[in-house]
Amino acid sequence: MQLIECPWCGPREEVEFHYGGQAHVAYPEDPAALDDEQWAHYVFYRDNPKGRFAERWSHAAGCRRWFNAVRDTATYRFESVYHPDQPKPVIP
Amino acid sequence: MTGDITRPRTPGADLPDHPDFLWRNPEPKKSYDVVIVGGGGHGLATAHYLAKNHGITNVAVLEKGWLAGGNMARNTTIIRSNYLWDESSAIYEHSLKLWEGLEEDLGYPILFSQRGVLNLAHTLQDVRDSIRRVEANKLNGVDAEWVEPDEVRKICPIVNTSADIRYPVMGATYQPRAGIAKHDYVAWGFARRADEAGIDLIQDCEVTGFTTDGNRVTGVQTSRGTIAAGTVALCAAGHTSVLTDMLGFRVPVQSHPLQALVSELLEPVHPTVVMSNAVHVYVSQAHKGELVMGAGVDSYNGYGQRGAFHIIERQMAAAVELFPVFARAHLLRTWGGIVDTSPDASPIVGRTPYDNVYLNCGWGTGGFKATPGIGDAMAHTIAHGEPHPYVAPFALDRFVSGALVDEHGAAAVAH
Repeated sequence: MQLIECPWCGPREEVEFHYGGQAHVAYPEDPAALDDEQWAHYVFYRDNPKGRFAERWSHAAGCRRWFNAVRDTATYRFESVYHPDQPKPVIP
Repeated sequence: MTGDITRPRTPGADLPDHPDFLWRNPEPKKSYDVVIVGGGGHGLATAHYLAKNHGITNVAVLEKGWLAGGNMARNTTIIRSNYLWDESSAIYEHSLKLWEGLEEDLGYPILFSQRGVLNLAHTLQDVRDSIRRVEANKLNGVDAEWVEPDEVRKICPIVNTSADIRYPVMGATYQPRAGIAKHDYVAWGFARRADEAGIDLIQDCEVTGFTTDGNRVTGVQTSRGTIAAGTVALCAAGHTSVLTDMLGFRVPVQSHPLQALVSELLEPVHPTVVMSNAVHVYVSQAHKGELVMGAGVDSYNGYGQRGAFHIIERQMAAAVELFPVFARAHLLRTWGGIVDTSPDASPIVGRTPYDNVYLNCGWGTGGFKATPGIGDAMAHTIAHGEPHPYVAPFALDRFVSGALVDEHGAAAVAH
C-alpha cells in the first residue's frame, strides 16, 4: 500500500486519506460578475493532466486536516506535500 | 506418438499454421476523409457504421497501442439499458437493440448472452429509487421489473438473501434482456468488418498534436507522421483530456483508475449478472468459467492503468458477503483501466469548438454497453455534420446551459 506523507502527521497509509481533486481553485472574487460559461468552468471544469498535478488531500482518518500535494498521475508518485496556504509550486 | 526420440523436434513444428489475420496492418496514407482517434470499441464501432450506414470508407482509426487494448480489454462486459432518465435509456436501449443483432451484422461470434441483470436494493431508499427507476424504464419501453427477495433467490440461487447480513437484500430490479458479451470478440468483429470495407486500422500510432487553421483541424500529427483529415472524431476515453489539451479546449472529465478482476475457472455457478450499488460490487461468470468482478473507481485521478489493493479488498469483502460460496474461490488476475468520469455521470458527445472535430467521451465506468449504439450515433453525427438525436442531449454545452443528465446514483450503479 502506498504511503502518503501528511505534512502534519508524517507518512501514513493511503486508506487514511480522502482525495479532493485539483488544488488552488479559488472561489470567484465576484461571482455575480461571471457569465454562464465562466460559472460552468468554475463549477464543472477541472484540469486532468497526465503527469504532475497539484491536488488536494485530506487526512480523513487521522488529523482530518487538508493539505496539497504535487503527484504524478501517470506513476502515482507524490513529489511534494505542502500546507494549503502555501503557493502552488512551479510545475515544469 | 512414435519416432526418433534422439532427435529434438524443431520448436513449434507441430503447431498449426497461424490463423488468417482479421485485419490488415497498413501504413498510414497522407490523407483521410475521417480520422478517428482511438482504436477501442467506440472508435472501431464508429468506423464500422461509417462504412455500413453511410458508405464513408476513406477512414483511418489511429491507435497508440494495439487495437482494443485499453478499456475495451479491461471492462466487465455488462450490457444493460435500465437507466433512469429518458435521454440515457434512449441511447442505451438503442445500443441494446443493436447488440441483439450484432452477431449477424458483424458475421462474427461475440458470445452475447442475455442472461439478465439484477440490481440489488439493500435499504429502504434503495427500494424506493429502484422502483422509481423500474417505472421510468417501463415508460421508456425498457424491460424492467421489480423482484422481491424470494424471486431474487430463484433467479440467482447463490445470492445470500438471508435477513441477518449487514446489508440484507430487500429486492432487486431485473432486466431480462441485459447480459454480457465477449469483449475481445466484439472488438475483433468490428475491426474485421471495418477493415473489409477498406478502412485503415493503424496501430502503434500515437497522436502527438494537431495542425489547425482557424476553427478547423487540418491534420493530425502522429508518431508515424502527419495525416491530413477532413473530419476528426475523438474516441479516446480516459485519454481524451490529453488530446483536448493539445487542441486548446477543456472538457469536464476526470480520469480515474477502475479496477476489475477474475477468479480461477469454476464450474457454472452464477446464471445471471448481479450488481449492488450499496455494497458496491458487480459479478458475472464468463463463458469460460471465471467469475468477473468490478467495483468503483479509485478516488484519485490516474492514468496508470492500475489502482490500489485496498479497493480490491473492499470489493472482495462485498462479494463474499453477497455470495458466501465465493469464499473459497481464488483470485486469478486483477487489472485497471482509465475511465473518464463526467460531472453528471453521463457521456459528453458531439460538437467541439472546432467545426470538424467531434467528441465522444465521459462514459465513465459504463462505456462498453454503449459500443454499438454510440458507434452508430457517432457515424451519423460525422456523416451529417449534425449530432444524432440520441446524442444531442449529451452535448458539451450542457454544462453551460445547466441541462445536465444527472445519472449519479440513479443509473442502477454509482459511477
